Amino acid sequence: MNKLSAKHSLLSLDSTIIQKCIHCGMCLPSCPTYQETKIERNSPRGRIALMRAIAEKRMDLTASFAHELYFCLGCLACQTACPVGVDYKTLFEASRQDIEKSKILNNPLRLLARTFLINYLFLSSRRLRTFGRLLRIYQRMGLDRFFKSLPFLPAKLKDMLAQIPSIAPHFSFELIPPRELPINTPTRWKVGLLTGCIQDLVFSKINRDTADVLLYNGCEVICPPEQGCCGSLHAHNGEMETAERLAKKLLAAFPIEELDAIITNSAGCGSHLKHFSDLFPPGTFWRKKAEAWDKKVYDIHEWLIKIGFSPPQAFASTNQSHTVITYHDACHLCHGQKIKNEPRTILQSLPYVQFIELEESDHCCGSAGIYNILQPEMAHKLLNKKVEKIKKTKASIVCTANPGCLLFIEKGLKKHHLNIQTIHPISLLAKGYKLKDTGSSPFLQ
Amino acid sequence: MASLSFPNEALRSLIDHFPESSLLISKEDLIPYSFDATATFYHAPLAVLFPSSIEDILWVLQWAKSNHACILPRGSGTSLSGAAVPQKNSIVLSMTKWNKILETDPDNLTLLVEPGITTQAVQEEAAKFSLFYPPDPGSYKISTIGGNVGHNSGGIRGLKYGVTRNYVLGMEVVLPNGQVVWLGNKCVKDSAGYSLKDLFIGSEGTLGIVTKVLLRLIPKPQERQVILASFPTLEAASEATSAIIKAALIPSALEFLDQKTIECIEAYSPAGFPKESQAVLLIESDGHPQAVQDEIIRISQVLKQYGPLEIKIAENPKQQEQLWSARKVAFSALARKAPTVLLEDVTVPRSSLAQMIHKIQQISKTYAVEIAVYAHMGDGNLHPVFLGDEKNKDLMEKVFRAMKEIFLYAIKLGGTVTGEHGVGLAKKEFLAYQYKSEEFQLLKNIKKILDPDNLLNPGKIFD
Ligand SMILES: Cc1cc2nc3c(=O)[nH]c(=O)nc-3n(C[C@H](O)[C@H](O)[C@H](O)COP(=O)(O)OP(=O)(O)OC[C@H]3O[C@@H](n4cnc5c(N)ncnc54)[C@H](O)[C@@H]3O)c2cc1C
Ligand code: SF4
Ligand code: SF4
Repeated sequence: MNKLSAKHSLLSLDSTIIQKCIHCGMCLPSCPTYQETKIERNSPRGRIALMRAIAEKRMDLTASFAHELYFCLGCLACQTACPVGVDYKTLFEASRQDIEKSKILNNPLRLLARTFLINYLFLSSRRLRTFGRLLRIYQRMGLDRFFKSLPFLPAKLKDMLAQIPSIAPHFSFELIPPRELPINTPTRWKVGLLTGCIQDLVFSKINRDTADVLLYNGCEVICPPEQGCCGSLHAHNGEMETAERLAKKLLAAFPIEELDAIITNSAGCGSHLKHFSDLFPPGTFWRKKAEAWDKKVYDIHEWLIKIGFSPPQAFASTNQSHTVITYHDACHLCHGQKIKNEPRTILQSLPYVQFIELEESDHCCGSAGIYNILQPEMAHKLLNKKVEKIKKTKASIVCTANPGCLLFIEKGLKKHHLNIQTIHPISLLAKGYKLKDTGSSPFLQ
Repeated sequence: MASLSFPNEALRSLIDHFPESSLLISKEDLIPYSFDATATFYHAPLAVLFPSSIEDILWVLQWAKSNHACILPRGSGTSLSGAAVPQKNSIVLSMTKWNKILETDPDNLTLLVEPGITTQAVQEEAAKFSLFYPPDPGSYKISTIGGNVGHNSGGIRGLKYGVTRNYVLGMEVVLPNGQVVWLGNKCVKDSAGYSLKDLFIGSEGTLGIVTKVLLRLIPKPQERQVILASFPTLEAASEATSAIIKAALIPSALEFLDQKTIECIEAYSPAGFPKESQAVLLIESDGHPQAVQDEIIRISQVLKQYGPLEIKIAENPKQQEQLWSARKVAFSALARKAPTVLLEDVTVPRSSLAQMIHKIQQISKTYAVEIAVYAHMGDGNLHPVFLGDEKNKDLMEKVFRAMKEIFLYAIKLGGTVTGEHGVGLAKKEFLAYQYKSEEFQLLKNIKKILDPDNLLNPGKIFD
């Protein structure tokens, strides 16, 4: 058995990873599911105890265990909190992989949804875009509203339909050429830009803003038009082999050696993209390529701080009023990549904004990949909490750096009839570079 | 996962009585309750009950009595002595959902809470009224007041402010015989007979189930300063501590960390501890700004006589907070060093600190067992941490022998086998060494009077 598959099953996992947990309970206060239920099996240490029982063959992999691992958000707050350094991410992914292999949760509907989403749609950028085009038409014709108004549709289905985000008018490749050079600044770096899957459909504007910000800061931007999904969705949902296939596609799409950095603006992708080498056995061709890749992947905020970005300028006449903004830490940025200060530094550099810290900013908003679809009840509890905290800041803009969080928080704010915008920090920075002296809060326009 | 020896019909009657949402019985539910934060002790309970009323507790007590089962009251299961590990035929009574503040009385400086509330939530409630709840165990974010009472827990501020016992004015307790009693009151003094509430503090869930706790709060100190002093040897840091106590200086905290501990907590989250020095003292002075200033100067003068490598003062509250948060995770962080970490809690008279520290180093060499040490040094309370490996029988054998020798030496110095973590399962073998036989019998008699059927957490503290 090679090292790759060893890492992806509880039974073959290096036993020291699982034994590292000393069940001290220091992670319990930060776990959203435990905080909600106060039941140990819903806590990191409870879940690890179950994994250990399976690894040591004291317990079978049961449906109840499988449900538990899908009740876990995979937010990794426990990993940040753990003083011992338990690698929960590896344990979590190995467990889900075992669960999917065992087919214990399979039922026709789940199978259909998973096959369609994970094994069909998110496998090819062409399919994804075709689907996006269809969805765009469907939404333009108002069919989404029509379906939602049908009295006979089950509430659950309506809720699922309501989750479908609005498709952007353009895809990333229509907005960003394969190669672009800075205009008013000398070129200091050459970077690749990852456009992602959901971003590409829904947030192509954020990708364009990211390119603008990079160009403004002296980076030549290489953006291959055919990229596709990075596979983080698959890795989190027990589909390691597919994740591997998608990784190969990306590794082949970028001229890795020529680049100083490969930039992502999506937190969830970033924490996966930085560990491509884990997917391949040591010594292989792909492993070597992935190792070179891993070293060059940067989250956009991280990269900007590393190269010393230029903050936007204020105007000479400064009678502009300030806009209150706040920031929600996406789990896979703060827990997955330990990036907390960088986005704050960027936001605090903007003129005419007052930055207010969000209480419990690093608590999961409930979005968590497709968690909000699979576990709507828990997800909405967390969302409501998040909205309450945002309300308390009195901010007009809440920033966060993950497409899932942006969509979910926006939905929560709308539901509570709050007129607060959700914006990616990089879009706000891009706006900052183009500010006009309008005499009122420039960021709100 | 009904135990084979336990009759199914009995379990059935329990299952029939409680709704599914408050009684957990599946294997997946029970495995996560088969341990606390102590290494090497595991035993799954028969069931886990989340009571929703006193009546539920009374019912399950009666049920346990009729069916020869027993009850383990449990908070967050962070006990470090095995006190919260189930024994044969145990029902875990989880109090974590009883976590409300029932009354804040700023006129009398008291707080009435349910036992499942966390220590941190109590501290935060006090702070809302500019008041202060000093007991501060490293586990404060998750440990419950019920658990703190169960172990008479201490923490880093014990030196000046004492331990949980000093802040409990009263409590409601369900006795094993089904009576519900209220012990204590809001008065700051009370000479009405035996101090019964004190019997339950530190009783490790063996005498009664605590269902409400009345806590005493004090005014919040105005100013706080933190000194970080590093030393070339462990002995020098120990002697400096004894000298501070001898000079009748009582800072609010006086903590000790050895080099291994520092290395681990810096690996978790860098807080600015000097990684090269063999030992550091972390000292906090609080109170009136003038008094704090004065105390800091006098402590520094004493420290200087013991050859410190460096004496630093934390520059701002943020830095202070960083040092304390790092200090609080010391035990867990040490688990980075070994697969199994066992921790002791010996406490000695403070004039004997250097002797005790020296002996620990000697024992470590003799048995070839790695021992890290951190300590509530000002309290004379040492936490030697043994780096072991559950899978290595030889090593564990040596660890247990080394542990025993440290216990015996502490007793010889006039110390105790546990300063704050309790006896539980881990130290019961050594309790008999510390007590004379008539004293030990007195302990047991009290249990017999209150719990003749041995319903509550049997097998803890003594057999
Ligand atoms: C990293 C770490 C750091 C720690 N630092 C410290 C420290 O600095 N100082 C210190 O003193 N301890 C410390 N501890 C030990 C532990 O956290 C304390 O003993 C704490 O008080 C236990 O609280 P708990 O809620 O987890 O109780 P549990 O572990 O659940 O229970 C502890 C005992 O109390 C009993 N009990 C709980 N609730 C009730 C109730 N309602 N009625 C009757 N009995 C009850 C239980 O039966 C058991 O005997 C630390 C532990 C860890 C893991
Ligand atoms: S995961 Fe870490 S913090 Fe949580 S119980 Fe295990 S060792 Fe402690
Ligand atoms: S990943 Fe999040 S939900 Fe899952 S155990 Fe860790 S903290 Fe809890």
